[in-house]
Amino acid sequence: MPISPRDRFANLFDGGIFVEIDVPKPIIDPLQFKDQKKYPERMKSAQKTTGEAEAMLLAEGEMGRTPVVIAAQDFSFMGGSMGMYVGNAIIRAAERAVELKRPLILFSAAGGARMQEGILSLMQMPRTTVAIQMLKEAKLPYVVVLTHPTTGGVTASYAMLGDIHIAEPNALICFAGPRVIEQTIREKLPEGFQRAEYLLDHGMLDRVTSRLEMRDELITIIRILSNSSPQIKGDLPSPKQET
Amino acid sequence: MAHYLDFEKPLAEIEGKAEELRAMARQNEEMDVEKEAENLDLKAQEILVDLYKNLTPWRKCQIARHPERPHCKDYIKALFSEFVPLAGDRNFADDQAVIGGLARFGDKPVVVIGHEKGSDTKSRIERNFGMARPEGYRKAIRLMDLADKFGLPVITLVDTPGAYPGKGAEERGQSEAIARSTEKCLQIGVPLISVIIGEGGSGGAVAFATANKVAMLEHSVYSVISPEGCASILWKDAEKMREAAEALRLTADDLYSLGISDQIISEPVGGAHRDPEQAIDAVKSAIASMLSSLKSKKPKDLISERRKKFLKLGEKGLAA
Repeated sequence: MPISPRDRFANLFDGGIFVEIDVPKPIIDPLQFKDQKKYPERMKSAQKTTGEAEAMLLAEGEMGRTPVVIAAQDFSFMGGSMGMYVGNAIIRAAERAVELKRPLILFSAAGGARMQEGILSLMQMPRTTVAIQMLKEAKLPYVVVLTHPTTGGVTASYAMLGDIHIAEPNALICFAGPRVIEQTIREKLPEGFQRAEYLLDHGMLDRVTSRLEMRDELITIIRILSNSSPQIKGDLPSPKQET
Repeated sequence: MAHYLDFEKPLAEIEGKAEELRAMARQNEEMDVEKEAENLDLKAQEILVDLYKNLTPWRKCQIARHPERPHCKDYIKALFSEFVPLAGDRNFADDQAVIGGLARFGDKPVVVIGHEKGSDTKSRIERNFGMARPEGYRKAIRLMDLADKFGLPVITLVDTPGAYPGKGAEERGQSEAIARSTEKCLQIGVPLISVIIGEGGSGGAVAFATANKVAMLEHSVYSVISPEGCASILWKDAEKMREAAEALRLTADDLYSLGISDQIISEPVGGAHRDPEQAIDAVKSAIASMLSSLKSKKPKDLISERRKKFLKLGEKGLAA
């Protein structure tokens, strides 16, 4: 079941409290793209239905009292497609994580590159890769959670460059989609092909984890990678009253 | 027989007539057709110049895919000496869609890597039409590491419809292989230059072309998706590829305006396939000038300039 980035943040951050991180705005419709519908019109209708500015949301806050930066891609916004905005968002998320010396957790969900930005959407593959290198050089954990679906240029760049790859059950994760492959090789693909469990079997993922257990698991992984004490489960004792 | 593209039909007719006349004259020594044939040649030349003066983006795609266009192997043969092909990804296989190895450009030792489409049915199948599998990208990664270790500049020649959409390719991590190859391009402390010689097809091209300097041949294209693919998604009709090619802005001129390509290499009139030698020569001088512009740079500057170049892209767009 799809979940919006905002709902995801509300469920992940302690007490549902988080601060959104601003993304530098790119030029609108950089190629003046013309198909049957104008690109700015497609954008407007996506903004109207999702209530979001674009296909990625960034936030900082604490998760199990562990400071993190989280980026979440929004599949309901033009298929989560990666254009200049998503590229800028990932670069900003990496910069912010480096500034705050925090891990970055990224939830991917996209059909791939945004065709309406043509070659500039393709250039987000190297741009986001530079962002991931910033984290690597700062020795900060970068955990990717691949959600349904993660395909195309997104899988072939930042979504496959994590220190840890976790996927949600049954998520479709691929470079070329099943339809394209069936047309190319002219045979039916096996059941479950390119689903999370299949990728786990083929060594492309570390784990497949349900949404219910995701938060705890992320906290554990991040606290181990950043060499912090084990997470405290349950409520902390209430602060001592001043006497 | 020459391979004509659909828009070259008027040219095919005239050139065909001239050829016919000459063939007739060869059979019958009394016929003097040379004058008439030369007139047809002149006419053909005029048509050729005219056809290639204002090419639509779709026609450029057709030229970029022309089966007789010089391919990676032709460039390697003509531009480098002492080419030592190196095979394999040390993991699974040797991908024939990617050629790579040690070579000399002039006296300068380099590593060269490129996509090879093949030149006849047999070699096209062997080369998988230039569509690499994960092994191809992993071979490239290995060669880039080798270049980095021994301080050799890397030259990549890009000519691919895209990464291969196959079952095995997916199982063995096509996405991861492409992502790592792009990452490697951004990590090596040696000059990395790239020439788009034909088709720059999507992620399969980016994996080699994330370079300090990118040059594009005049009629090459570089795009996020094929015009046919884009048309079938956005127009729901693959036959709308002309419109899609227009909208995608995939020509050398457009990419130069966007700062993605640093240089446009002129092609002979009628495209590289009409005079491969001239095209290859033009690529040679472009490579020489790109290499010399990076010659004295320190490894860390090569890396940071490459990264900055890509971070900066998209600051300016294109007018309609």
